[in-house]
Amino acid sequence: MSIEDQLTRILYIDLSNKRYWVEYRRELFEKWLGGVGVALQLYREEAPRNIHPLSPENPVIFTVGPLTALYPLASKTIALFKSPLTGNLGESHAGGRSAVSIRLAGYGGIVIKGASDIPVYLVIGSGRVEFKDGSALWGITNTITVGRILREVTPGQGIRTIMRIGRAGEKLVAYSAVMTETYRHFGRLGLGAVLGSKKIKGIVIYGKQSIPVRDKKKYREVYDKIFREIVESDAMKRYHEIGTSMNILPLNYIGALPTRNLNSNRFEYAENICGETIAEKRLARRVACSHCPTACIHIAAIREPYVDEPYFYKTLFISYDHELLYSLGSMLGVKDIDGVLKLIDMVEIMGLDAISTGVCLAWATEAYKRNIVTIEDTLIELDWGNVENYLQAIKYIVEQPNEFYRKLAQGTSIVSKHYGGEEFALNFGGNEMPGYHTGYGAVIGYLIGSRHSHLDTAGYRLDQTLKDIPKPEEIVEALIEEESWRQVLTSLVICLFARGIYTPEIIVEALEPLGYSYTQEELKKLGRNIYTEKQKLKLELGFKPSELKVPRRIYETPTPHGILKEEYIEKAIKYYSRQITGAGG
Amino acid sequence: MNRSNEIRRLSITDSEKCVGCQLCMFACSRRFGIGGLEKSAILVRSVGGIERGLTVVVCRACLDPPCAKVCPTRALRIRKYGGVLLDKSKCIGCGNCVRACDIGAVFWDSGENKPIICIHCGYCVRYCHYNVIRLEVMK
Repeated sequence: MSIEDQLTRILYIDLSNKRYWVEYRRELFEKWLGGVGVALQLYREEAPRNIHPLSPENPVIFTVGPLTALYPLASKTIALFKSPLTGNLGESHAGGRSAVSIRLAGYGGIVIKGASDIPVYLVIGSGRVEFKDGSALWGITNTITVGRILREVTPGQGIRTIMRIGRAGEKLVAYSAVMTETYRHFGRLGLGAVLGSKKIKGIVIYGKQSIPVRDKKKYREVYDKIFREIVESDAMKRYHEIGTSMNILPLNYIGALPTRNLNSNRFEYAENICGETIAEKRLARRVACSHCPTACIHIAAIREPYVDEPYFYKTLFISYDHELLYSLGSMLGVKDIDGVLKLIDMVEIMGLDAISTGVCLAWATEAYKRNIVTIEDTLIELDWGNVENYLQAIKYIVEQPNEFYRKLAQGTSIVSKHYGGEEFALNFGGNEMPGYHTGYGAVIGYLIGSRHSHLDTAGYRLDQTLKDIPKPEEIVEALIEEESWRQVLTSLVICLFARGIYTPEIIVEALEPLGYSYTQEELKKLGRNIYTEKQKLKLELGFKPSELKVPRRIYETPTPHGILKEEYIEKAIKYYSRQITGAGG
Repeated sequence: MNRSNEIRRLSITDSEKCVGCQLCMFACSRRFGIGGLEKSAILVRSVGGIERGLTVVVCRACLDPPCAKVCPTRALRIRKYGGVLLDKSKCIGCGNCVRACDIGAVFWDSGENKPIICIHCGYCVRYCHYNVIRLEVMK
């Protein structure tokens, strides 16, 4: 294996001492490819086991992969950290220009340790890190404004990433996000709070180095083959045209669209907020991550009048996806597009994870209606579809004016343990539920997936292909197999939307001109090993599969496969538990 | 890639349609069989943040190119129908050409310490899925 030098460079940044250095870690990239595979090893090296996620000892690892900036759709950055939301391993992926910028600044990964005493932003170029005083930026309410300022004071137009946190991250909301290039995010599991705890307001990374290739002719041939597949085959069509929001209507039709805190599996106003309607009425622009021609990022424009000033308007540009239309739409009973878009905009401005925010508000609304909490706690009426009050509640989550919002800012698991209502607190392992109530595959996937997310195992897709329900053990096996293969994709930082393009065969071909010699079987085996490593690390960090719980609501609201049986899911958890404790030692 | 008796030049059809995928930039460096962007003569950047849209910066093949006028060694030769060609052996790496180009389309190769000049070959056009750039044939 002849791995290109720049990829093996890990940039270490010690915030406590404002120092940085580079180490060549060839052995890690030889054994674990890059991305998730390498990040797991770096995290294990750096992190003591029993640390608080918001303590300086919690490192943040960013990694990219061998295909980044060489082939299309390999433009994700992997972030690993301990999650303040789940208290266990946090993993989040973001696109935009982040991965390409890291790789072309000459790094395969970045390790950020310690904490700064004052707010800072980091400016990272080739062989150079600047620690800039971020005091003037700390406290600015809008992440878009922060992006605008950083854009003007840092180099690298067009070849940089501008990561930043919002007020939510500063205020340590357990599900705060990191924004990059405005419309992409390290969304889930609270990386924003971890950076906030380190007093990092922003990270700008720029670079445009060359990457040498061993077999130039073959490289161009394989590139063209992959490019043609992307633009000519149907594999990317769903993301290319209407985008992920095309899921709303079919999920609603089959009765799998969580609505009003999953009191229902269908939303009577789904047609108002579906991708087709937004495309027709509000879609204004399409954008793409660096090195991806699909342009799945759909941006809607809404025109808002100023109430106090006639003939004054502002136009807001807001990106939307399926998960956001679910969590801030159907889950909250919001029946008009502009209402959902305004909520999405507020989440973006504050720097929150959209799924967790929506599910938290849905829980709070039900808790309020059931008198588990009162207006003394919520400060405003919470009612399905009341957009104005939800906008205010999002601000309260961030500013945390009382005990209730301080708890709500920790997620549905913590807040419901305190006030009650755990039976309808829709989280798995502490992470709020994604927008698919499709059946056993989805639910078991949320439970056993490393991130407790739909992205780990795509159980929702399994549900939609199953005719008969197999044994619980078989579902677990299928989900583990899928998650294991996804470790290969995410170690190569290939966008999971491109999983249909990057088959094992294509990956072998793409790696070859770069000097890698893998067989398909070796890649699959590597995926299983990385999966095992990840489970092992989770166990070391205190994960107990036996403590996994399913909120009662999941068993009350039917799925397209009918009402789910508790016994079945318990069997699945037991089987999974045996698998990973056996495999993980 | 130029066929005889044909002079071609790149033009931007509609930058509003650009999605910012930067495939053109990667294509430009890939002409040399390398990855990354150091050799690229085209840049896609936002106009004040992705939320405000994108612009494509590339040589527009000026008929009377300022970059050539300020080159002290005549390393930049004016091309028929506009634009310039770089004679690397004459270039002393002064960077005057970069500063003279108001649209910012003369890029810099810091490894070689020489400008990167678009030769209007059109390789990038093949990878622009949205037809934002095209190759005009001048006769």
